[in-house]
Amino acid sequence: MAVTPSIDVRGLAYAYPDGHQALYGVDLVVGRGERVALLGPNGAGKTTFILHLNGILAGGAGSVRVGGLEVRQRDRDVLREVRRRVGIVFQDPDDQLFMPTVRDDVAFGPANLGLRGPELDARIDAALRAVGMTDVADRPPHHLSFGQRRRVAVATVLAMEPEVLVLDEPTSNLDPASRRELAEVLESLDVTLLVVTHDLPYALELCDRSIVLSGGTIVADGGTADVLADAAMLREHRLELPYGFDPRSVAGRRSGYGGARSTSTSAGR
Amino acid sequence: MGNGHAHLLFRHGDSLVHRLPAHAKVLALLGFVLVVVATPRERWGAFAGYAVLLAAVAAVARVPAGFVARRMVVEVPFVAFAVLMPVVSGGARVDVLGMSLSQDGLYSGWNLLAKGTLGVVASILLAATTDARALLQGLQRLRLPARLVEIAAFMVRYLEVVAGEMHRMRVARESRAFHARHLGHLRVVAQGAGALFVRTYERGERVHLAMLSRGYAGAMPVIDVRPAGSAPPALAALLPAAALAVAWAGAAWL
Repeated sequence: MAVTPSIDVRGLAYAYPDGHQALYGVDLVVGRGERVALLGPNGAGKTTFILHLNGILAGGAGSVRVGGLEVRQRDRDVLREVRRRVGIVFQDPDDQLFMPTVRDDVAFGPANLGLRGPELDARIDAALRAVGMTDVADRPPHHLSFGQRRRVAVATVLAMEPEVLVLDEPTSNLDPASRRELAEVLESLDVTLLVVTHDLPYALELCDRSIVLSGGTIVADGGTADVLADAAMLREHRLELPYGFDPRSVAGRRSGYGGARSTSTSAGR
Repeated sequence: MGNGHAHLLFRHGDSLVHRLPAHAKVLALLGFVLVVVATPRERWGAFAGYAVLLAAVAAVARVPAGFVARRMVVEVPFVAFAVLMPVVSGGARVDVLGMSLSQDGLYSGWNLLAKGTLGVVASILLAATTDARALLQGLQRLRLPARLVEIAAFMVRYLEVVAGEMHRMRVARESRAFHARHLGHLRVVAQGAGALFVRTYERGERVHLAMLSRGYAGAMPVIDVRPAGSAPPALAALLPAAALAVAWAGAAWL
């Protein structure tokens, strides 16, 4: 392959210190600019997997490379660079937003990377503009609505100019309008995207490719429409489409996007 | 959700006191409290003078008396203690309204009440005119250890989150027809508190994880320090200086 893949995971296995084995040999290559949904039932090891991508968890078997750089937990410089390259947006924005104002919070990541002054300001402004949250820069995070907080959480990671953006359950607790707005934001970004979700229509809307992780191994990997059409596989791994949703009746990402959008808009306020 | 959006203690305004830099106000408060505490308890006039000074600050800051009075509730346990002192203390007794009270206890109670109240009112005025963030930056400017400022910052940020969680837990309890009516119900409330502690602890771990993911390596980055306030900081010195003058005048008078 000519271009270094964004994510290159080989034979990744991991057991927690209490002996619970979460991953049993995961292989995954995600090319630069790809948009991939990571699907799987609760307890499948999805969160464990994404925490390996930026070196929070390590020490099991196998290797993880991000943009060609091997994640080694002992090496501080490598770890810092890996955490710049992989931005993780966690499920609860209250966990992610801990500074007194939105601006300070967005500044936290790039400031940790050593940016100061006008360069830092430019990063903050660009990140907040990308998620449409420039107006709330000086407000405390807890004064924002849940949907706004989720978008600011995305901005805090974008400010580090990551190569890979990882979102853990981005649509949980969002109302349909916020869900659509977030989709528009994600659609506009020029990064490699890995979306961990139970929201299968969202995966179809945003990602060309889907991976199903179940019981610590990858059990399916293919085009999102094909993966979602495999009813037997979905049933076996406790994945369910919403009532009445037929993945073959809806066009996937890009083409026919407008149709899906008008549906979710009418469901909003 | 549904909690008030403004901080309980802060009152928006654009008075001279609001515009003073936070660190100057903190120092002024400290100076004022030191003068008050150092004043001998028999100097009635001096305490009246201090009260007038605080009233003047409140007037300049346009903080209404009711706003201050409602927030003085925190002092109640101390008031109770001060009221008890004349009853339980020993020494020479005096008769007041048919009760035999300890003279020393009366003085001690008054001492506690007067100094406590002045300190509380001064702190309320500081909090009413300085938002939490400016206060934190002020502490930072005063070279308070960074760790302490960070802990205070996290407290400010998560107080409402934890309070919201506590509120939801109570609503969930009451929705299942639970009302704490007698001491036996304390067990349920205590279990709730325990669950809240565990949840808060777990949240702390998740926050730490999110911090690590954004390159946190053990020290908060010093992000640009904004201008502290437009009013000249020396103005803040007026309060402790005036208090000192009152104390001095009181001493010279006697």
